[in-house]
Amino acid sequence: MEKVLMKGNEIIGEAAIRSGCKLFFGYPITPSTEVIEYLSAQFPKVGGTVVQAEDEIGAINMCYGAACTGNRVMTASSSPGVSLKQEGLSYSAAVGLPMVVVNVNRCGPGLGGLGPAQSDYFQSTKGGGHGDYRLIVLAPSKAQELYDYTMEAFDLADKYRNPVLILSDGFLGQTMEPVVLKERPEAPAFDRSWVVDGAKGREKRVLASYSLTNEIGEANNLKWEAKYKHIQEQEQRWEEFHTEDAEYLLVSYGTTGRICKSTVLNARAKGIKLGLIRPITLWPYPEKAFIPYKEKVKGIVTVELNTGQMIEDVKLAVECKVPVHLYRRQGGMLPTEDEILDFVENKFNLSAVEEV
Amino acid sequence: MMDKVILAGFGGQGVMFLGKVLAYAGMSSDLELCWIPSYGPEMRGGTANCSVILSDEEINSPVIAYADAAIVLNKPAYDKFAPRVKPGGVLVVNSSLAKLDNVRDDITIVEIPATDMANELGNTSIANMVCLGALLPSLKLVDLAKVEKAMGKLTKKKPELLETNINAIKKGISFVNC
Repeated sequence: MEKVLMKGNEIIGEAAIRSGCKLFFGYPITPSTEVIEYLSAQFPKVGGTVVQAEDEIGAINMCYGAACTGNRVMTASSSPGVSLKQEGLSYSAAVGLPMVVVNVNRCGPGLGGLGPAQSDYFQSTKGGGHGDYRLIVLAPSKAQELYDYTMEAFDLADKYRNPVLILSDGFLGQTMEPVVLKERPEAPAFDRSWVVDGAKGREKRVLASYSLTNEIGEANNLKWEAKYKHIQEQEQRWEEFHTEDAEYLLVSYGTTGRICKSTVLNARAKGIKLGLIRPITLWPYPEKAFIPYKEKVKGIVTVELNTGQMIEDVKLAVECKVPVHLYRRQGGMLPTEDEILDFVENKFNLSAVEEV
Repeated sequence: MMDKVILAGFGGQGVMFLGKVLAYAGMSSDLELCWIPSYGPEMRGGTANCSVILSDEEINSPVIAYADAAIVLNKPAYDKFAPRVKPGGVLVVNSSLAKLDNVRDDITIVEIPATDMANELGNTSIANMVCLGALLPSLKLVDLAKVEKAMGKLTKKKPELLETNINAIKKGISFVNC
């Protein structure tokens, strides 16, 4: 299989092409711009189309329209741009439109900065727009996962008729790493009986989210709720790293999830039994990952690039049976593996272990 | 085994390209690697830096707290990154553009008049390649052969640069070897 060296943002574009996506609507914003740039150059070669919309609101609504026709569609942006897309995402979720949305997270709030951050965790996982909906959210931690998860995102979107968000950051987007361009996995034939593609000779279909009566409104909400529960049951994903005999756990995703692996190895070299749970799906949150450990470990540290957002889900997952602490950097700064280890040692009084 | 390398200088001195040469040299020998550029407003401030990690095993943390080696092409880059080389590491300084102060004695400093040497070769913009040559003998995972292979790919569109760059690298290598 072909191995290439590409920027993270470009890899997302390449994965979209190889997933059979031929439509991209977007508006450029650093640090996500290479996605639209790459696709603008590459899509025409495979019969695909990129439209640079008038703004992010236009782009997400073009995605809505294209998704209604049953075509694979993608958009990409960064935090303030993704905020502008929230109304369109709510509408897309409400009628069950498959689409892949990439957020190359910059640090906020407001216009913010361009460094890596995870400040959009709440927005991504708790329904960033109005109404009670969920996005499936995937959190890659390196270039190969940007490729693999983007491919998977299209299948998940089709399978559940739901928008899927890929939560990346500027560091992942700008870094080049080798990536194996795996073939697209064999996807099952997805149900297309809802697609609006011309009603000649059949009954017309309507894709709209307005409910005229409260009874119909509730019936719709119950339908979506059942779908979300099914996704929560079926699609929780995570990676475990040295967890088996762990006395302490780090929980971290994306770029920091990867840094934490070095922290774990350094801790083990010092005799500290540290492990890592790296959530891959941020929604559904991988609560199942914590079941074997919530009665067993002495403490947990979530490592985040925000003021502590995922920590709430970790506390829920362990039902507050384990002390959960936060180590964080913000504003575009990344922690080193040693800074994280210092925090763990101090928090749990472990420096003594070293001297034994 | 790992080489964590920081590369820094003015915008236009070929810092990113320097990093790409190392990255593609790693790619050609199937190493794990990360090429991490400065981006956004950092790039507009006149300084450029880029880091490259080469490894024969999986790279977990891509954050370089302290580098095994660094190339600094001017004085501001020296001031910023000399403290970021780990004790025992190697720092290649373009001494044509950086007169040293606060010299550390716990690292190996290679002072090489790279811009002057590049001018002698008739192309001031290959000072970066001269410095790369000066660093190469200190790297664990790439050597001249691998760099030549990478350069072949990187200069495909401008083949005349292949020889120019390789000559500059060789000058750098012989500077440190004698």
